[in-house]
Amino acid sequence: MCLTLERSKDKHLMDQRAIDPPLPENNAEPIAGIDPVYLTPPPVEIPSGDLENIVAPADEASPPSPVVETIYRHRLPVRIGHWVNAICLPILVMSGLQIFNAHQALYWGERSDRDRPLLSIKSVKTESGEFKGVTTIMGLSFDTTGVLGFSSGSVRGFPSWATIPSGKWLAMGRQWHLFFAWVFVLNGVFFTLYSLAGRHFWRDLFPKVEDVRRIGRDLVNHLRFRHAGGEEAKRYNVLQKLAYTGVIFGLAPLIVLTGLIMSPAVDAALPGLLGLFGGRQSARTIHFLACFAFIGFVATHLFMVATTGLRNNIGSMITGWFRIPNDHERENEKP
Amino acid sequence: MRNHSGQGIGRRRLLVGMVQAAGLLFLTGCDNLSRSEWFTRLLGKTEVVTQRAQRLISPKKAMAKEFIEADLSPVFPPNGNRDPENPDYQRMANNGFADWKLEVGGVVQQPMTFSLVELRDLPSRTQITRHDCVEGWSAIGKWKGAPLCQILERVQPLPSARYVVFHCADPDEDGTLYYESLDFDDAFHPQTILAYEMNDQALPTAHGAPIRLRVERQLGYKHAKYVMRIEVVESFTSIGGGKGGYWEDEGYEWYAGI
Repeated sequence: MCLTLERSKDKHLMDQRAIDPPLPENNAEPIAGIDPVYLTPPPVEIPSGDLENIVAPADEASPPSPVVETIYRHRLPVRIGHWVNAICLPILVMSGLQIFNAHQALYWGERSDRDRPLLSIKSVKTESGEFKGVTTIMGLSFDTTGVLGFSSGSVRGFPSWATIPSGKWLAMGRQWHLFFAWVFVLNGVFFTLYSLAGRHFWRDLFPKVEDVRRIGRDLVNHLRFRHAGGEEAKRYNVLQKLAYTGVIFGLAPLIVLTGLIMSPAVDAALPGLLGLFGGRQSARTIHFLACFAFIGFVATHLFMVATTGLRNNIGSMITGWFRIPNDHERENEKP
Repeated sequence: MRNHSGQGIGRRRLLVGMVQAAGLLFLTGCDNLSRSEWFTRLLGKTEVVTQRAQRLISPKKAMAKEFIEADLSPVFPPNGNRDPENPDYQRMANNGFADWKLEVGGVVQQPMTFSLVELRDLPSRTQITRHDCVEGWSAIGKWKGAPLCQILERVQPLPSARYVVFHCADPDEDGTLYYESLDFDDAFHPQTILAYEMNDQALPTAHGAPIRLRVERQLGYKHAKYVMRIEVVESFTSIGGGKGGYWEDEGYEWYAGI
């Protein structure tokens, strides 16, 4: 078994093999004595939401096709890179919010004129002597007591559950942030070099012409929570490709560059950078927005991971092996 | 049907509970690490890596961006001490710093003192630069002062000298006086000046009268205000808390390039 596994790894990413038994997930065991290939497919008319009723009478409606196909989807460097990012991102976001809390406002341009913020988070003392959190975005104010401005009895921008360290401690937040920024950047550089050399970008990540043509169909399928099975599940769909390339070549370099622009030493060494985003405070604002774009990406990613076969997805990012969902399972996956 | 949706809710609850528990564990873990010695020492290594990397990409005389008058901040907020609670300082301030003298000594060939008039008589440099506070805000000001290299060249640091320490007049609530230090790369940088004017006026008290340091490629806390004495040293480990500056002793990086 191990030998087969190792040999397959050396071949193409999309190499396939049939294995048994399947991962111990919502799938039936092969029926003894019947060559799986000749099993009839599940009935076509499935009343959605009533799956238990269909699967129950085992003698009549047969369980889904037991032919389980597994592909080696994620190579080791990609898996390591993924989990390093999974550690870095929450730490970077939360230590970043700690740093933000030291000056709870965003501006545009080089300077921070305090009477002209794009966003500010303040705590205001009400007439009754209580504190209220007020967040102002482009002149529009919102009461954000409990989360922004004032939370758990203390005056602070982002609440303690969202920052590293939890208490107000700028020096330590910076230490965490800058350490894991280096880890994140070096990991990104390593991943990029590997993916260029190993053709991971070309083969798996860049959208191809036929992908772009399918964009409408994929979009509709996503919105209806219909996810690929069979042949289609062996490669990323166009929305995945766009999301991954967008993050790798857009968002990640953007957040690193805007982070570097906040450094006065880097600004002196590479004066061209400042002009790119219109100044240090603009860079700080973009850095902050990019952080929330990352949060949005990760949230979507986690949602998709959880709704398209949680164990198979996580397992494949640990072992590399991804089990191709068959047609019946796809119907099963409605959240 | 009911069974199915009931399972769904149970699973969701379990998932939410697990995520919350993991979050709590993560937060307490991070807080514990922040107080542990080995982990903070590991995090502290970043400073050296950052300094090496930044020095690697920076030519020694890479200049911070200089702006024009139109870019000046309408209000330049003072930070830190605004009026040092120090009787000696107050006495000198009331006298217009007429009897103030900057002592420059330490590991040098020729210790010297400079009055404010003598500093003003040195060749001066004027620069409009952006001040970047570690807290995240920036303000643009116009500074005029004596380049630090002029002073250092006069006192002639000995070959063993490595750092320039700035002793200041402003105490914190516990009476600890502010201080800062630079290595020679930053000390001899053309934009590193002892500023006695801000926005064409004598340096205001809130901004560090009579002189403050400007070191334009570093964050605000390196720009020591109320400078009284300059000491050239081989090492700063025996000064203050030993980390090379007031905020450094509080856990901030000595190299404040980012």
